[in-house]
Amino acid sequence: MKDQEYTALPPHLLREGKDADSSIDWRKLGFKSGLEIHQQLLTEKKLFCRCPAGIYGKEGEHDAEVLRHMRPTLSELGEYDGTALMEFRTRKQILYLLNQESVCTYEMDDTPPFLINQKALDIAVEIALMLNCNLVGELHVMRKQYLDGSIPTGFQRTAIVGTDGYINLRGRRLTILQLALEEDSCRELADEGHTITFMTDRLSMPLVEVVTGPELQCPSEVAEACELIGRLLRSTGKVRRGAGATRQDVNVSIKGGTRIEIKGVPSVRLIPRLVRKEALRQKALLEIRNRLWQKDLDPKGSARTDLVDHILTNTQSTVIRNALQRGHRVGAIRLRNMGNILSSKTVGGRTLADEVSGRVRVVACLDEPPYLIHRGTQGQNALSNREWRSIRKRLRAKAEDTVAIVWGPEEDVRIALEEIELRLLEASLGIPPETRQVLPDGLNDFERILPGPDRMYPDTDSPPVPVSDNRIAEARKQLPSHPLKRERRYLELGMPRHQTYFLAISPLHTVFDEAVTRGFSPKMAARLLVEERISLRRKGVNISLIPEDFYLDILDGLDKELFYREGTRRVIKAGAERSLSMEKPEKSTKKDKKKDQPEIDIKHILKELNFEPLKGEQLNTAVEKIMNTTDLPETKDPEAQKRYFMGAVMYRLAGRVCGETVSRIVEKTLRG
Amino acid sequence: MNTEINAKEDFKGYSEPALSLLKNYGVRVWSEIEADTDRGRFEGLVLPRSETLPGDHIVLKLSTGYNVGLNVAGIRSIEVKGYKKALYKIPEKEFPFDPEKPKVTLLGTGGTIASRLDYRTGAVIPAFSPGELFGAVPELADICNMKTIKLFGVFSENIGPEHWKATAEAIGKEIEAGVDGIIVGHGTDTMHHTAAALSFMVQDPPVPIVMVGSQRSSDRPSSDAALNLMDAAYAASKGDIAEVTVCMFGPTSDQYDLLHRGTRVRKMHSSYRSTFRTIGERPLAMVERDKISYLTTEYKKRRNDRKVTIDTAFDDRVAIVYYYPNMKPDIIDSLVENGYKGIVIAGTGLGHVNKPLYPSLKKAVEAGVHVYMTVQTLWGYVQMFVYDTGRDIMNLGVVPADNMLPEAAYVKLGWALGHSDDPDEVREIMMTPISHEITRREPIDGYLIMQGGLPEMDGFMKRYKR
Repeated sequence: MKDQEYTALPPHLLREGKDADSSIDWRKLGFKSGLEIHQQLLTEKKLFCRCPAGIYGKEGEHDAEVLRHMRPTLSELGEYDGTALMEFRTRKQILYLLNQESVCTYEMDDTPPFLINQKALDIAVEIALMLNCNLVGELHVMRKQYLDGSIPTGFQRTAIVGTDGYINLRGRRLTILQLALEEDSCRELADEGHTITFMTDRLSMPLVEVVTGPELQCPSEVAEACELIGRLLRSTGKVRRGAGATRQDVNVSIKGGTRIEIKGVPSVRLIPRLVRKEALRQKALLEIRNRLWQKDLDPKGSARTDLVDHILTNTQSTVIRNALQRGHRVGAIRLRNMGNILSSKTVGGRTLADEVSGRVRVVACLDEPPYLIHRGTQGQNALSNREWRSIRKRLRAKAEDTVAIVWGPEEDVRIALEEIELRLLEASLGIPPETRQVLPDGLNDFERILPGPDRMYPDTDSPPVPVSDNRIAEARKQLPSHPLKRERRYLELGMPRHQTYFLAISPLHTVFDEAVTRGFSPKMAARLLVEERISLRRKGVNISLIPEDFYLDILDGLDKELFYREGTRRVIKAGAERSLSMEKPEKSTKKDKKKDQPEIDIKHILKELNFEPLKGEQLNTAVEKIMNTTDLPETKDPEAQKRYFMGAVMYRLAGRVCGETVSRIVEKTLRG
Repeated sequence: MNTEINAKEDFKGYSEPALSLLKNYGVRVWSEIEADTDRGRFEGLVLPRSETLPGDHIVLKLSTGYNVGLNVAGIRSIEVKGYKKALYKIPEKEFPFDPEKPKVTLLGTGGTIASRLDYRTGAVIPAFSPGELFGAVPELADICNMKTIKLFGVFSENIGPEHWKATAEAIGKEIEAGVDGIIVGHGTDTMHHTAAALSFMVQDPPVPIVMVGSQRSSDRPSSDAALNLMDAAYAASKGDIAEVTVCMFGPTSDQYDLLHRGTRVRKMHSSYRSTFRTIGERPLAMVERDKISYLTTEYKKRRNDRKVTIDTAFDDRVAIVYYYPNMKPDIIDSLVENGYKGIVIAGTGLGHVNKPLYPSLKKAVEAGVHVYMTVQTLWGYVQMFVYDTGRDIMNLGVVPADNMLPEAAYVKLGWALGHSDDPDEVREIMMTPISHEITRREPIDGYLIMQGGLPEMDGFMKRYKR
């Protein structure tokens, strides 16, 4: 197989990628994209305290609450960071929900950090090696400021483990700019008006952040890089899986534009669409800019604002009517010569008005969509022509001027009007640097201004940690083989892609290799290690503690006909239960485990399951007996009849009998 | 001389082997370098190193803002690309003057109430002038006119009697000059010692004297410094309590500060925001940004006169002895031999020590040392009549100090010994309360240590954000 043909994209993503790439000349567009992939590490404890990692609380069942505010601190040059100021303008009350079992006083910023979790550091070193990074001599914990409240300290503790690495992608090298080990942030539960609520269980769990160079050239390539890095990380077997364990930020820019960061993309699947739409959004914004350049704009701004609720007391607009009933105010703004620019299309049926309302929503804490109404607003929220005429008259608007209104508490309205002016001035400059959040349809919406570079501080609470040669040598021993090489080998064994894909990143690939070496059928081994396990995991069976040897015992049992294929799942399940019950007492008496507890013994389990193989005459008798005691089906169709009796027999004898043999006996009996 | 200083600055914090390496390659702190190491190439700006760390690594700031350390042993070569010294200055904005607003003087002693981290070096730079403070907490100008005097810049663990005296005298001058309130910025570790000292050294002030600090330095976005400072400014300029108080977070949530009386307050947690607690009494008031709610009527009220008694006499030959089981008599003996004039014992329970100490205590009293008993339980009174052992100890000449906190008793004994050496006079001074250091009765809610895990606390924690 040639390199060019090979792709890390699984089959279900190939088409998405092709669709997203189609009909656009990405090179001409000057498209550039890079990734920041956040992957939680599989450790028992959190990164800077001794809280257990991976315990998630249920909503509404928290034990305590803490209220905080964030205040911007000055940057190096004595300026406030733009993001910081914006967050401060929003005057947010930040509410943290706490659970006893998952949070201590460290997370609440009432206790200084403990020494960094050494296991997490070991895993990070291993990943850095896997990504061909240069490892640092000494780890320096830094504080990266976040004022959105997602971390109670107001900063994330983070440290560089490696720099300047690479992975191979589409026949070239993709730069890995850096690998950082950092603490996870809170989960946002709600953001309503001036209160933002966070759940703290995830806070401070260890994760690595992998940052690629801005070298990805089209949407499918972004997805492929993301997929590949994800698979590399998972192949260590030392990272967390499942919802929220991997989250990526996608950076996108086009020629003439600005870097836009789309934060917290939950799955690779969304990426091609998302990236395409973001590129198109930026293209549209540049076109809007060009149109604004044609107009006669006052660079200093010429906004005029006023409260206009008295004009709207009898309005038919639903949101305005509701707002006025609640005693909210309505403010209007006029901008000179901007015409109907708010109606300009961006992407996915959206307009510039949506861009502006995203900003208003966040900065002014308005929480009633559509957040902003203008001449182009349609439907039940639209104002009448007469109302518009009165408002325009009040603001002394000329025909070529743009007018828009917002509503809410008076102070919020004031900030919202300022923000509209700011955002429209930015529209005439191009694309404002923003952090944006992903929406389910692959579109995105404003989240905050992109933070400036001056937000890194050394963490004076944490000492530097030397990363010794020994530590690196130990980590190197742990390195798994490259999952893509593995997958290629599996494909050459003639296995189907849906199996090779999962097997290559599975930590059980060593078991598979061993099974093949021992002469078991690759197909049988792959079915056991991939499909059966996935199916059980989906049903909620905890299979994480099953010892690897047990899978080889199962293959051996199948091979020797100690039981049959149809019973495999029940055997794994019994093994899973046994492994869990062995694990429990282990916590208190770790040392005695091996002495007192027997290994998980397949023969024992088969006996417990009553999986005594039935063969020959015994089998004939048993099948006939079941058929005789089963009521006849209504159907006369012989095939359906056969399926019916097969079902009845296998229900009673699964695992003890060979399905094909039973099929033959049933057929014979029905005919006889 | 100058070149020597420069040389020190050029290699700030570096010791061997890093020092020689830097010199060999002509690298200084703030050099932009590219280093070839056995772990690859690294580019960045050389930063100073903390002096407490070994000299086996050099610290580099990468262009991303992250710092990393490079092992000296692994460095193959270094190329100097440039030099970019960081100059850091806290912005100053003129503190606006409003003739309608009260005048407050902020006395600075050090601590982190207003400081900024120099994030290139990791050093903490104190922000202190009114302009700097206004730059950091502009809301202060809505509350009062502020003048600042930097008395000294020391960490609170290094504060002692000389600082107490200087602060008390400065307070006296400001009161005479007509201020409406005084704020004392102070590190939190020994804030309660200083608060007690000022309570004795500054008597009957006409205006509030509010001590304030922070548990999270103001270079952190979630710092308590700004709110503490605003609330202290409010309490000093508009509050009615003309006593020495401490103004610090009530709960860990950003909700309100509590005003604690200087003689009854104690730092009770090494790191919590809500670390200060009033012991054996109620706090005096809750302060929000534009409101004070008084929790008691028993306080000295603000006056319009300018009268105040500044009395800074102090004898520092006093020690606190924290009793522990099996304490040996030589602990007491050595204090006496070394010329100590006063001993405050923090005894067990109602005020006890073991029998082997008795002869030493007797000797101490006979030698003219003034020995007072307090309780290491902090809450509650010394009561030495309940058990025979207590009576025996009193017979040795040890004086029970009622419910004075050990630290308050320590400060007061030094202050008393500054006035007299006569056992009866000292006893008279010690046992006559000046500012609630001894109270006549313990209120029924003076001891509320709520225990987590109790069913009644579960609902409380959820509802009250503590």
